[in-house]
Amino acid sequence: MATTDHSDNTLKIAVVGSGPSGFYAAEALLRADLPVQVDMLERLPTPFGLVRSGVAPDHPKLKEVIKVYDRIARNPEFRFLGNVALGEDLTVDELQANYHAIVLACGAQSDRRMGIPGEDLPGSHTATEFVGWFNGHPDYRDLAFDLDGEVAVIVGQGNVAADVCRILAKPVRELRSTDISEHALEALAQSRIREIHIVGRRGPAQARFTPRELRELGEIPDCVTLANSDDLRLGPHCETEIEDPQNGNAGKNCALFREFAANQTGDARTQVRFHFYRSPSEVLGSNRVTGLRLERNRLDGPAFAQVARPTGETTTLDCDLLFRSIGYKGVPIPGLPFDDVRGIVPNQAGRVAVNDRTVPGVYVTGWLKRGPSGVIGTNRADSVETVKHLLSDLADAPATSKPGHQGLEELLRQRRAEQVSYQQWLQIDEAEVMRGQPRGKPREKFTRVRDMLACAGRK
Amino acid sequence: MPHVVTDNCRLCRFTDCVEVCPVECFHADEEHTYIDPDVCIDCGACIPVCPVRAIYDTEDMPDEFIPWIAINAERAAELPVISAKQPELPTAAERQRELGF
Repeated sequence: MATTDHSDNTLKIAVVGSGPSGFYAAEALLRADLPVQVDMLERLPTPFGLVRSGVAPDHPKLKEVIKVYDRIARNPEFRFLGNVALGEDLTVDELQANYHAIVLACGAQSDRRMGIPGEDLPGSHTATEFVGWFNGHPDYRDLAFDLDGEVAVIVGQGNVAADVCRILAKPVRELRSTDISEHALEALAQSRIREIHIVGRRGPAQARFTPRELRELGEIPDCVTLANSDDLRLGPHCETEIEDPQNGNAGKNCALFREFAANQTGDARTQVRFHFYRSPSEVLGSNRVTGLRLERNRLDGPAFAQVARPTGETTTLDCDLLFRSIGYKGVPIPGLPFDDVRGIVPNQAGRVAVNDRTVPGVYVTGWLKRGPSGVIGTNRADSVETVKHLLSDLADAPATSKPGHQGLEELLRQRRAEQVSYQQWLQIDEAEVMRGQPRGKPREKFTRVRDMLACAGRK
Repeated sequence: MPHVVTDNCRLCRFTDCVEVCPVECFHADEEHTYIDPDVCIDCGACIPVCPVRAIYDTEDMPDEFIPWIAINAERAAELPVISAKQPELPTAAERQRELGF
């Protein structure tokens, strides 16, 4: 409510990050039964995190979730401060001095490494880089992917691997009317990639795809999707796993893989092939990637806890381009604890905590809280949980007044930061939509921070 | 095509689905939730969290549930949105057992 008196003990909360988990934290806070102001900090001038830069351009329906975030952002007690980076423009301590609590919602911004020789050869990339590139993320827009070769390998079997595969495999005409960035569209139009291999260390029953995404890989025009029928002879533990009603995706995935195994190569322009029970052991090549050495695995252990054990048998897969999509990690935040193994900020149901000692006033949500699992909506329940604990902690704490956005704005003025408001984002948004129109695209994103700032009337 | 809630939902009201829905597309009466097909974005978050497996992606649904596409559209239009998890119905645990979950 615009009439709230902010000189009193209005709760002032800073949310760091503007992706789904950040917006759902803001929503839960603004729905609380007490006066709350939420300031959302975002290091880019543009909001919405992975909905903007992660969701694939050919999945426009998922991006409709932005309408929900827009509604949250228009709450008078909500402020967006884009182009403000925690750790650069201000510190955790400074935020804590101005707010009753901080909710970290910065996601998992870095990729897990395979930890094998040759991983850094030219031609070996992370899925994050490729996805950021075709989605016009400023950090990745100047990367180059050599699409002159014919064979690409993707290591990892989750939905991000599926996105990478689809964008490589789809005829470019299928992408022209999406919001894919122009530089990526131009490069993909020249692509010679005709064979895409998707490699997983365990079996078809453990692949992490959601069936909807996997099914799509079988429906790409001019493309045949293949699997090896030997890989689909499941052991008893895998059968137990796919028959469990709480593990419905695995059964559906296996049925889809069986359909792929029955496909004939035919004369399709592009081939996608699944490989199971294979771990990469070396990226081959002297000046650039020429292949991947794979070690064959067998599964060991009880149902739902089967691990891949190397058998010692190796094969090589020649390739020109390699992507790894084997998991994501958060990036440590200066001044706060970090769990390097899990790639998250250690927490107890959202309260940042190390060895049972909580860090007062600091909370975490989304991928930075639980690791990179689930889909967009998973973050809503996750943020509801974090905010529930935040509100109950603050209800117990003495009511002191905090400066909130006034303190923050003052700090940013001193630092000559050029923050972007939600209103200014709407200017950028409108300009992007206009830029898309002549090309028949829903938008043509700005891919450089300076262009975004110029559009917002900054600089 | 959207996602739909089917008959297994009846008499439970676990409503875990509601909490993970990113777009608040669930509407409900006293004993059943329904998905508004115009709002659902097909993210699939609700499917695995339903304790009684009542929710299907219409692209991947046994034919017997096809009538539920129309039922969801009609009922969602008449009923209020629910955006937070509700208390379970007293019949929930028994119903879950009965359904074999």
